[in-house]
Amino acid sequence: MLKIAKYVIYDILRSKVLIAYTLFLLVISFSLFALETDGAKSIVSLLSIVLIIVPLISIIFTTTYFYNSYEFIELLVAQPLARNTILLGEFLGVALSMAATFFIGIGIPVLIYASSSTGMILLLAGIVLTLSFISIAFFASVAMRDKAKGIGLSLLLWFYFSVIYDAIVLAFLFSFSDYPLDRAVIALASLNPIDMARLMVLMKLDISALMGFTGAVYKQFFGSSFGLFYTIGIMLFWITLPLLASVRIFKKKNL
Amino acid sequence: MKLRCLFYTLFFSLFCKATTVTLCKDCPVQNFKQALQVIKPYDTLVIKKGTYTCINETIYKPITIIGESLPVLDGKQMDEILVVMSNDVHLFGLAIANSKCGSMKDYAGLRVFKARNVIIENCQLTNTFFGIYLSDSKCITVKNCSGKGAHYGKSDTGNGIHLWKCDSISITGNHLEGHRDGIYLEFAKHCTIESNLCERNFRYGLHFMFSDNDTYSNNTFTGNGTGVAVMYSKGVHMFNNKFLNNWGDAAYGLLLKDMSNGIIKNNIFQNNTIGVTMEGGTNMRFEKNDFVQNGYGLKVMANCRLDTFVLNNFSGNTFDASTNGELKENLFEKNYWDKYEGYDLNHDAIGDIPYRPVSLYSVLVDQMPYAIMLMRSFTIDLLNKAEKNIPSIVPETFIDNKPIMKMIKRR
Repeated sequence: MLKIAKYVIYDILRSKVLIAYTLFLLVISFSLFALETDGAKSIVSLLSIVLIIVPLISIIFTTTYFYNSYEFIELLVAQPLARNTILLGEFLGVALSMAATFFIGIGIPVLIYASSSTGMILLLAGIVLTLSFISIAFFASVAMRDKAKGIGLSLLLWFYFSVIYDAIVLAFLFSFSDYPLDRAVIALASLNPIDMARLMVLMKLDISALMGFTGAVYKQFFGSSFGLFYTIGIMLFWITLPLLASVRIFKKKNL
Repeated sequence: MKLRCLFYTLFFSLFCKATTVTLCKDCPVQNFKQALQVIKPYDTLVIKKGTYTCINETIYKPITIIGESLPVLDGKQMDEILVVMSNDVHLFGLAIANSKCGSMKDYAGLRVFKARNVIIENCQLTNTFFGIYLSDSKCITVKNCSGKGAHYGKSDTGNGIHLWKCDSISITGNHLEGHRDGIYLEFAKHCTIESNLCERNFRYGLHFMFSDNDTYSNNTFTGNGTGVAVMYSKGVHMFNNKFLNNWGDAAYGLLLKDMSNGIIKNNIFQNNTIGVTMEGGTNMRFEKNDFVQNGYGLKVMANCRLDTFVLNNFSGNTFDASTNGELKENLFEKNYWDKYEGYDLNHDAIGDIPYRPVSLYSVLVDQMPYAIMLMRSFTIDLLNKAEKNIPSIVPETFIDNKPIMKMIKRR
């Protein structure tokens, strides 16, 4: 598995797409920190990058990479190797290189300019978000045989998680606003890794406005140590679940 | 009013042929009760360092009491400590400690009742239920005193400086901490409250009730339970104050309720859940204030009218403003809003398109508080942008027609 991961990382490094991505993140985050003297404000701007761009790049890159290395995977399948080893190896390679990219691109500027607990939470949220979207991308690309369809599905999933889902939540809140919704809202947030990451960082950031009576409910939940474990648990769940599903499909798949 | 106070002081000082009585452990006069009996009007009582029992002692004569190196008048938690019922009493440098606490009577460390022209300076109040309690009095100065609330438990704390039916009181340079309200005014007119620091009081830093024509300036209110409340008062002027760090469910920097003809100028509202809440304000003028890093900068209820907001800075607030309906007859002009995205083609430093400080999202949050979980969501940003271009839900009249392009520098 590790050997496959190693080859995948070599392959990714050769293609230079990720290097460009790293540079892009570096430029954006350094210029954000340079423009704004207040570190907390730059974190807010970085948050929107982390919530929109990072999942998008992760999911698109992974899907295209998977289809491009389809022949390599076919070759590996012909070897005496278990199929789940092959897929997990591929995942590990992509995940390690993407996480490293994120860490260099956003992590280093954050560590230099805003190494507060908020910055750390932002990094954690970003890395977990990267991993879960890679995992979702694996699911989409294993599920679809056709490359165009696979990329289409990935894009649709990204769009669903970053835009449509929140609109659905808004509609839900609007229709049931007469009921006590605090638990429901926490459950709703758990169903979307982007929302989960956003709340994680928000609990550190916009505490003043969140402190209203509902804010207090969230703060009480997410601010507690149980809440932190819950958040991390749900995020891990979002990494493992699509991956397990893709392993399941890949095992039985007719290549 | 101040002139009249001065006149009285000068007038009475003509009759001063003062002798001095000294109170100390080895003096002929050894306890405070005796000292009050011995002393003649317009005499000076000097108290040397030490602790003296003083349980509900009343001053009936116009005297001056000077404490040397902060002698302690100890009430032993039996009753009130010191009561002033005479005009022209001057108290300097006394430490007043340990009053009783109760729910039937407002026990005070130092009570001034039906007196005029009293000066209280450099006094220190510790462990008192109410600190300084002024009632039915005129021309009183409380200067450079400090008060630390008693630890009887949260619900059993009185006010630091309490004014009831007073006129022309000056409260300057005091430090009040851990009381229910730092400074409380009820039916107090023509008062000046200046350069005080009120922090960590359980309810309000400063609390006005039915007190007209007062001025408070250069004060700092920080970390109080729910901020500063000014209610049911006319013509209150608030200048150069700082309202800081009021966090919590119902916390705000400044709460204005049923106010009229007030001026709020050059204040700073920073790090509050809500900077200013105004309910039922008429003819209020907000000028040159800074609203920085609050949850909400401004909450103006729809029952406010004829109010003016000019030359204020709004920056770093999560929501600049919010309201609960259609605002009528209020003017917002020439304010700086950091979320303004307009342009200035003719370079007159005023934006060419109007700014609406109430965003769609703040209206949504107002109607369904749980929507706060969607804060900073991409979807919400999209909705806000769409609403900004074609406003339909946000209040039509909550609008700044001449927003300023650059932040106004104050200092």
